[in-house]
Amino acid sequence: MGLAFFVVLVLITVISVYIFGAHIWWPPHAISTIGPSVDHQFNLTLILTGVIFVCAQLGLGYFAWKYRDRKDGRKATYSHGNNKLEAAWTIAAAVVFIGLNLLGYQIWAKMYFTPVPPDALQIQVQGQQFAYYFRYPGPDGKFGPTHVDKVDDATGNFFGLDRDHDPDSKDDIVTATLGIPVNRPIQLLLRSKDVGHSFYVRELRIHQDLVPGIEIPIHFTATETGRFEIVCTQLCGLGHYKMRAFLQVMTEEDYEKWLQGQVAAQ
Amino acid sequence: MNKQRFLWLCTLVAVFLMVGCSKKEATTEETATTTEQQATPIDQATVGEVSGKVTFSGDKPKLAVIHMDQDPVCVQKHQGEAVHVEDGEVNENGTLPNVFVYVKEGAEKYTFATPSEPVTLDQNGCMYKPHVLGIMAGQDLHIVSSDPTTHNIHPMPKDNREWNESQPPGAAPLDKKFARGEVVIPVKCNQHPWMRAYIGVTKNPFYAVTGSEGTFSIKGLPPGDYTIEAWTAIGGPNGQTQDQKVTVGPKETKSVDFAFKAS
Amino acid sequence: MAEAHAEAAHQHHAPTKFIWKYIFSLDHKVIGKQYYFLALFSVVVGMILSWLMRIHLGWEKAAIPGLSALSPNGAPGGVMTPEYYLSLMTLHGTIMVFFVLTTAPQSGFGNFFLPIQIGAEDMAFPRLNMLSFWTTFVGLLVLLATFFVADGPPLSGWTSYPPLSAVGSASGPGEGLGQTLWVISIAIFCVGSLLGAINFIATTLDLRTKGMKLMRLPLTCWAWFVTAVLGLLSFAVLFGACALLLLDRVGGTSFFIPGGLIVSDKIMPHSGGSPLLYQHLFWFFGHPEVYIAILPGMGVTSHIISCFARKPIFGYRAMAYSLMAIGFLSFTVWGHHMFLSGMSPYSAFSFSLFTMAIGVPSAIKTFNWLGTLWGGKIRFTSAMLFSIGFVSLFVTGGLSGIFLAQPQLDPMLHATYFVVAHFHMVMGVAAIFGMFAGTYFWFPKMFGRMMNETWGKVHFWTTFVGVYCIFMPMHFIGIEGAVRRYSTWTDNYLIPMIPVHRFMTVAALFTGAVQFIFLINVFWSMFKGEKATENPWEATSLEWSIPSPPPFDNFAGVHPVVYHGPYEYGVPGAEKDYVMQGSPEKIAAT
Repeated sequence: MGLAFFVVLVLITVISVYIFGAHIWWPPHAISTIGPSVDHQFNLTLILTGVIFVCAQLGLGYFAWKYRDRKDGRKATYSHGNNKLEAAWTIAAAVVFIGLNLLGYQIWAKMYFTPVPPDALQIQVQGQQFAYYFRYPGPDGKFGPTHVDKVDDATGNFFGLDRDHDPDSKDDIVTATLGIPVNRPIQLLLRSKDVGHSFYVRELRIHQDLVPGIEIPIHFTATETGRFEIVCTQLCGLGHYKMRAFLQVMTEEDYEKWLQGQVAAQ
Repeated sequence: MNKQRFLWLCTLVAVFLMVGCSKKEATTEETATTTEQQATPIDQATVGEVSGKVTFSGDKPKLAVIHMDQDPVCVQKHQGEAVHVEDGEVNENGTLPNVFVYVKEGAEKYTFATPSEPVTLDQNGCMYKPHVLGIMAGQDLHIVSSDPTTHNIHPMPKDNREWNESQPPGAAPLDKKFARGEVVIPVKCNQHPWMRAYIGVTKNPFYAVTGSEGTFSIKGLPPGDYTIEAWTAIGGPNGQTQDQKVTVGPKETKSVDFAFKAS
Repeated sequence: MAEAHAEAAHQHHAPTKFIWKYIFSLDHKVIGKQYYFLALFSVVVGMILSWLMRIHLGWEKAAIPGLSALSPNGAPGGVMTPEYYLSLMTLHGTIMVFFVLTTAPQSGFGNFFLPIQIGAEDMAFPRLNMLSFWTTFVGLLVLLATFFVADGPPLSGWTSYPPLSAVGSASGPGEGLGQTLWVISIAIFCVGSLLGAINFIATTLDLRTKGMKLMRLPLTCWAWFVTAVLGLLSFAVLFGACALLLLDRVGGTSFFIPGGLIVSDKIMPHSGGSPLLYQHLFWFFGHPEVYIAILPGMGVTSHIISCFARKPIFGYRAMAYSLMAIGFLSFTVWGHHMFLSGMSPYSAFSFSLFTMAIGVPSAIKTFNWLGTLWGGKIRFTSAMLFSIGFVSLFVTGGLSGIFLAQPQLDPMLHATYFVVAHFHMVMGVAAIFGMFAGTYFWFPKMFGRMMNETWGKVHFWTTFVGVYCIFMPMHFIGIEGAVRRYSTWTDNYLIPMIPVHRFMTVAALFTGAVQFIFLINVFWSMFKGEKATENPWEATSLEWSIPSPPPFDNFAGVHPVVYHGPYEYGVPGAEKDYVMQGSPEKIAAT
């Protein structure tokens, strides 16, 4: 039985370590400025926990095997513990766990405590059951006011704009795809129309809940062009699994062209 | 001692009953009228007709393009053609399509048999077809999906029971009924927020929906005084209505026209 | 001390009529069994729900026979709709967390064995005990009723976040009466738990027999005691959250619903509320709750590993203090469920620091279990197999927590299958293994008969390998970004993961089927198992010094006296390789 434990735990350990190490399933290539540091912290955590995992599982299996009852009449080694050892591994665990977290705090600070660059492009993101819509402020750089009683999904007025009476709303551009230029700081203003949603782009390593009643700003800079999926990760109802939009990162020229095309479709 | 335990037992039983009863409440309120009503005999020799045109005056609303980006299946079905919002559409000749016209008052003294054929609502290219439909209370609404993507059908009535069900690709059609008359019930697909249909549920078979000519014709009306109402989605989230009174004599055809503005 | 005993003895006499003996019994042993069987029933229901979920995740068009009979709207033709998947998922989580993991380890085994292990005749408040069980039972009935409601069970998850859960049927199917009943059911459950918690705390503090100092309590008692304190403080908060949610739903209030919401084209009349408030209240309960689920399992593991390694537990005091430390720290970490929720990012520093800190006593426990095995003389009974398995699973599950505790990694891992892997490993498997171990260990005492050891071993090996096959792959697809609570895979990057889901489904169905070996073993052995002696495992704690099953008042009127700590195994110079707690035989150090 002890040997069986050892064998099974060795198998579990080896297979798991292999799958992690060979990156058989792995996060996609990061395309934002914050990406590499997040990935570095992730890899560091993986290695540390991997070492602990291997030692603990193999240790457990080995002990289960080595200290099996050999029916030789002897008693177990009587001991109530070892205070020095307790102290040692307590301190070691504390240092490793807390140290690991402290190392990573600067990444969190970069995400949330660095101010938005003044030339950042502001885009409003609105989540609703079960789609995202995006609003650009247009040439005047201002978002027009939204009116709850003017919202009409059937006519495409998802934000409740009153273009006839609010001058700031006249040039607002509402789109169903989030188009952004590459290498430019972007500030997203996240809001929700109905229930809780979330905004997640794996490649950006950006993830933020959309909370009804609050407008939450996040900012990032994309470093590569491409088309990426924005998925909802906060359970929002029966269409949660299907709620998604596309992030299109383009060169500056392509972005301008795209934006003009969107204006025509308003 | 025993009395105390007996009282606790009663309390627990009471809670069971409360839970049980509230459960039953939910399940009994549903049953829509499926029983064949005894139709009032109507002398077909004397029936008349109301027909007319619905016009629109003023600036035509600009119809936004519908972005179906989030679901490539929807985009594919339209093969590059831009799809426009339907509410606010005005015909070439200045008339309005998708206006629901029906007899609001004057037919209460008759009872009508619920038709056995269903009315079909299709989801095609991530749009409802038809956009506006009429159905009688208790008549079967047959909902099908021609799209290889999941839709959910969510009618939002005020006087009928609200329900919300998904139709994944390949799923069987749904058959639903509305128990009470209500004009109109908006229908939404939450998965594709731009989708909208309107269902006018009437207690009588005297209704019509205008088409690309903007005309309607309601036949089979027994002689009498009637109030005809026209509903259009133009003019905001609840649309607009207009009423007109008309008296139909035996075998008469009366003309009733409606004129709507932007709001 | 003696007075407390006299009172307990006068509180009730042995009943004779069936209804007072088996239904509304005041005997902690009967109540413990009632809780145990309630949990057993619930775990079968919860497991079946998980099979249904997993089948759908692997094969979205699968037509499951019989499902359309249960819900013609939810599964027309047996094919699950997305909303029905979410409803089943909600009930799976709710039943498992509340009616399995919060009942069996604590109220099941704890009720049966706490009084005996401390040398008492019953719990401090036997009537309160009976009431807490029947309250919990009613809570389960109300929850199961949601299956039969017209609009179906709620689909907002076991966490039931508003506004989705607060605005009513506008937000989706199941959000009408189904959601209201859910809130009521949980509120009832809270009451039952609070009553139980009071009982456990009073019993542990006041009814210990002579010589049973706190530092001689078996670690199971320590675990039950700390768990009860957690329950008392956290369930009160959940009750508050449920009350406010119910008021928002039916009373027109806006505790959790802000203004200006448009749900499915309807303008909501509410204003002024905060969805984040609910999350804080819920997780302030929710985090201690998961420790309520695991601490008794840790206590049982310590108890069993020591017994079958024939060695005292390594570092008894450290084990007791780490239980208390985990308990205390569990109230400081709730925000780690909310790093991305929109709450102040500054709070992430504090919540993550404490979360990492809570890993330290957990590590101490793991080291000490290993230390107990070291130099031991291991007897591989079924109970021991599950306890060793617990350690392996707790290591795996705990290590994924190291990732999730870091806010900077949360953008990658929040709401992915990595989280699902983490909590299933610790709660859905390790805690369950604690219950299996407890069953195999204590069955002889509870029912007076032995379980079949051979089938116990078959059950262990198939389950142990099976659960790794089910839950290990979730870590992998999680780091690639597989999102949780999705009923179907339509996003481009998720479709290639479907083969992994199918693998996990097959593993889950296989492992689930194997559990019937356990069920048959339990029920067959109850009636046909070999009769058990007083101490078949040669264990030291007080429950093994009385007949199997125990008499009505446990110690037959004798008040046991305790002379040693609970884990005197392998004592050099002793007559046998163990010295019982109640035995006056001298040992060098206690």
